[in-house]
Amino acid sequence: MDILSLFIIVPLLTIAVLVFTKSLKQARVVSMIGSFIQLGMAINLVFAYLKERAINQDIMVFTRDLVWFEQFNIHYSVGVDGISVALLLLTSIVVLAGVFISWKMYDLPKEFFISLIVLSIGVYGFFITIDLFTMFVFFEIAVIPMYLLIGIWGSGPKEYSAMKLTLMLMGASAVLLVGILGIYYNSDADGGVLTFNILEIAKVNIPFEAQKLFFPLTFIGFAVISALFPFHTWSPDGHASAPTAVSMLHAGVLMKLGGYGVFRVAMYLLPEGAMDWSWVFILLSVIGVVYGAFSAIKQTDLKYINAYSSVSHLGLVLFALLMLNKTAWNGAIIQSLSHGFMTALFFALIGMIYERTHTRDIRKLGGLLKVIPFISVIYVIAGLASLGLPGFSGFVAEMNIFVGAFQNDDIFIRVATILSVSVIVITAVYILRVVGIMLMGPIRNDSYLKLERVTWFEKSGILLLLIPIVGIGVAPLWLSDMILESLQPFIQGLL
Amino acid sequence: MDLSNFLLMRHEVLLLVIILLLIIAEVFLSQSKKSSIVHLAIFLFGIHTIIGFLSIDYGSLFGGMFHTNALIQFFKNILNLGVFILLLQSGDWLQEKIVEQYRGTEFFVLLFSSLLGMYFMISAGDFLMFYLGLELSTLPVAALAALETTKRISSEAGIKLILSAALASGTSLFGISMLYATSGSIYFNDIIEVITLSNLTILGFILFFAGLAFKISLVPFHFWTADVYEGAPISIASYLSVISKGAAIFILMILLFAVAKPLMPVWENMVYGIAILTMFIGNLFALRQQNMKRFLAFSSIAQAGFILLGLIIGNQLGTATIVYFVLIYIFSNLAAFGVVQAISLQTGKENMKDYEGLYRTNPNVSLVMMLALFSLAGIPPVAGFFGKFFLFTAAASEGYYLLVFIAVVNVTISLYYYLLVVRAMFLRKSDNAIPHFKSKIYMRLGLLITAIGILVLGIYSPLYEYIYELSKTLY
Repeated sequence: MDILSLFIIVPLLTIAVLVFTKSLKQARVVSMIGSFIQLGMAINLVFAYLKERAINQDIMVFTRDLVWFEQFNIHYSVGVDGISVALLLLTSIVVLAGVFISWKMYDLPKEFFISLIVLSIGVYGFFITIDLFTMFVFFEIAVIPMYLLIGIWGSGPKEYSAMKLTLMLMGASAVLLVGILGIYYNSDADGGVLTFNILEIAKVNIPFEAQKLFFPLTFIGFAVISALFPFHTWSPDGHASAPTAVSMLHAGVLMKLGGYGVFRVAMYLLPEGAMDWSWVFILLSVIGVVYGAFSAIKQTDLKYINAYSSVSHLGLVLFALLMLNKTAWNGAIIQSLSHGFMTALFFALIGMIYERTHTRDIRKLGGLLKVIPFISVIYVIAGLASLGLPGFSGFVAEMNIFVGAFQNDDIFIRVATILSVSVIVITAVYILRVVGIMLMGPIRNDSYLKLERVTWFEKSGILLLLIPIVGIGVAPLWLSDMILESLQPFIQGLL
Repeated sequence: MDLSNFLLMRHEVLLLVIILLLIIAEVFLSQSKKSSIVHLAIFLFGIHTIIGFLSIDYGSLFGGMFHTNALIQFFKNILNLGVFILLLQSGDWLQEKIVEQYRGTEFFVLLFSSLLGMYFMISAGDFLMFYLGLELSTLPVAALAALETTKRISSEAGIKLILSAALASGTSLFGISMLYATSGSIYFNDIIEVITLSNLTILGFILFFAGLAFKISLVPFHFWTADVYEGAPISIASYLSVISKGAAIFILMILLFAVAKPLMPVWENMVYGIAILTMFIGNLFALRQQNMKRFLAFSSIAQAGFILLGLIIGNQLGTATIVYFVLIYIFSNLAAFGVVQAISLQTGKENMKDYEGLYRTNPNVSLVMMLALFSLAGIPPVAGFFGKFFLFTAAASEGYYLLVFIAVVNVTISLYYYLLVVRAMFLRKSDNAIPHFKSKIYMRLGLLITAIGILVLGIYSPLYEYIYELSKTLY
């Protein structure tokens, strides 16, 4: 058994055990143990990767290849590079934090944790596979549990939000399917055999006409889940209606599938198409960055503020990916990680505040710093990280992105970059606004004086997410090195 | 010709023997033990299904009228498996409702006759055999649709089916006569050699196609579907939507790929248009259905539209993906109809609204239903996804990207209404949800087999490879 397939097998075993659990207590303990093992495996993978990288110069390491459908040349084929290792670590941390945050899931607990872990299987599988078909399978496995998770355990207009989210994401994956088939049928352009293997396809010169046709399909197919501008509407509704842990997983991890897919499939396999189309998507992503930030200013619901801020931050990821140079790409991936931890932390905190005060409307909240100091202080820290304060992960990411973006001397990209940079200010506005209204100021409601203190499982969830935010901010180099190394083949694809 | 040649017709002969045995048993069973005819029939058919899988020679009989090969045998086995599951799922219904009215044997005799007709139809080597098979497969079903004589709607379904079917087979026959006029033969082998693109051939072909399109309920020949499904007993609706449709698609595929290959420029465009129409009409009409049987009727129309994506490319890949898809479709649709049957049998409720809160009272049937719907919608990792993905891959292999795009748009539309049922079962809470019930052993077995099939058939890749190997020799 290779160490990557374990990322699929351990959650499967966890589910198999969960099926037999009888109560919330059993279900959460089983999920916690399963997620702990996953986290251990992810940390182990980082060290194993660094060790392996020193002696192995392949693009992907720990590869394993099993033929699945021989006639279509579909393989179960896994392998990782620095980018996927980092994202796997992100996933395992957020999943474990999500389990902690769902400690008191009284309604249908078993089903909740099973759905959550099915979702995580999709994500893990997506990050480890290097076969387009398998990747697509895992992509859909990650999306569909969202329908049940939001629909059953959500709040507010949950049926509407769940349906909207599922249809938009599945619609996107339908578009993606056409793109993948297009890539597949052009993978024999150099006289080889048809294949779904990403590394094999990357060696092939797919004809320019085909690249031009299939790049936008593949790009949009993946980017919808990263909330690309006109297709972002599922995200605020979905996040607002979802239960806390699901918002965390969704914003923290699931939305990263988009950026990763865009990078690994659309841009890596169709580089000429990427260059040809980049201006359209740069335009859309910059609109997303600016629009998301401005929308966040207007919102009064905490979850909507965060959802729009995610639109803005992930717009920045797509923007950076389209800059087509190593520094910006490095920034994009660190931004993915940093945003993953930050948003998950934000949603966890919002969930705790909501659980205590029963409202997410910032106009009704006030002075929380005095009554629930732990949560409030962490909220401030997360906010500062989100607006890119040096010392936190957000700074490292944005710094890289903008330095990379300025390396392009094209006037259009310059303007786009300046616009995105200026959004940092707007980010500060909406974050400080929330901090000012909600945490400072007078206590608006006497019942807030008796709010419950933070419990140990909530603290564990928060600390799990906070450590990497500070860690990346203080010592970004090991991560940068790991990512930069893995970016080499992508650069070669462009030349 | 010596008697052992009849072994080529093993499926047919065995089924005929079963029919005769059942008729004899009917005579000798005392009134009080009439319900044991159900056990007997299911037992006999189970054995028949197993024997079907034993290996056998292939060849032709009666100067080419009857014809078998590995793929045809395999497809007959698929049909057998489908009918066997269907019998399991309807066993309780038969014992409780039908045997009391002294019609248990009738049900089996009619159903098996219809299946026999399908055997002959897909083994046909000439148009005469084909036509006989077509009629034999359709007429008993009309009687079956009207089986619940206490319900008016059931009789209505029977009449509607027989009138439409008569018109369709008449049209088909008219087309066949034109093909005969141009080619001078009714044998497929002769026609393959002389068929050319002439106006009369094309007209004949189109008329003939219309007759089969009726059986598959392709748009615009689908109008009977929803009404008949709604009126007929659920087992029969299920039979019409899976077994009857599957067999018709198979023979249509043989005729298009092998016999009408020279007419490909014509039917390519035709199939293209009909595929788009069928997918859109089926899906859009399914959106607003409240009755589960009508809902599944329109969903099965839409599914037929997806199958046409494999039909359009006309080669081995197309054959393999279609047979594979039909196999998976049989399991998925039988599971969905099985759950509808189980609930209807216990409570008499058939509307989507009645399913609200079902998961909290009856988790197991809800899970089977969800699996079935996800499989129909094509969501991994259940089997339906693989079936659909391969059909799309087949269509894309000849460059039909636009058609694939339209199809995936339709997949998204279909996901909406499949999720509506999931929403009713899982998301909603209801005070008057269907109370917890326990189905009898047959029904549980029937649902279990389909659920396992849905989970395994897709992931287990050797199955597809096997079908692909068989598809080398289509005719």
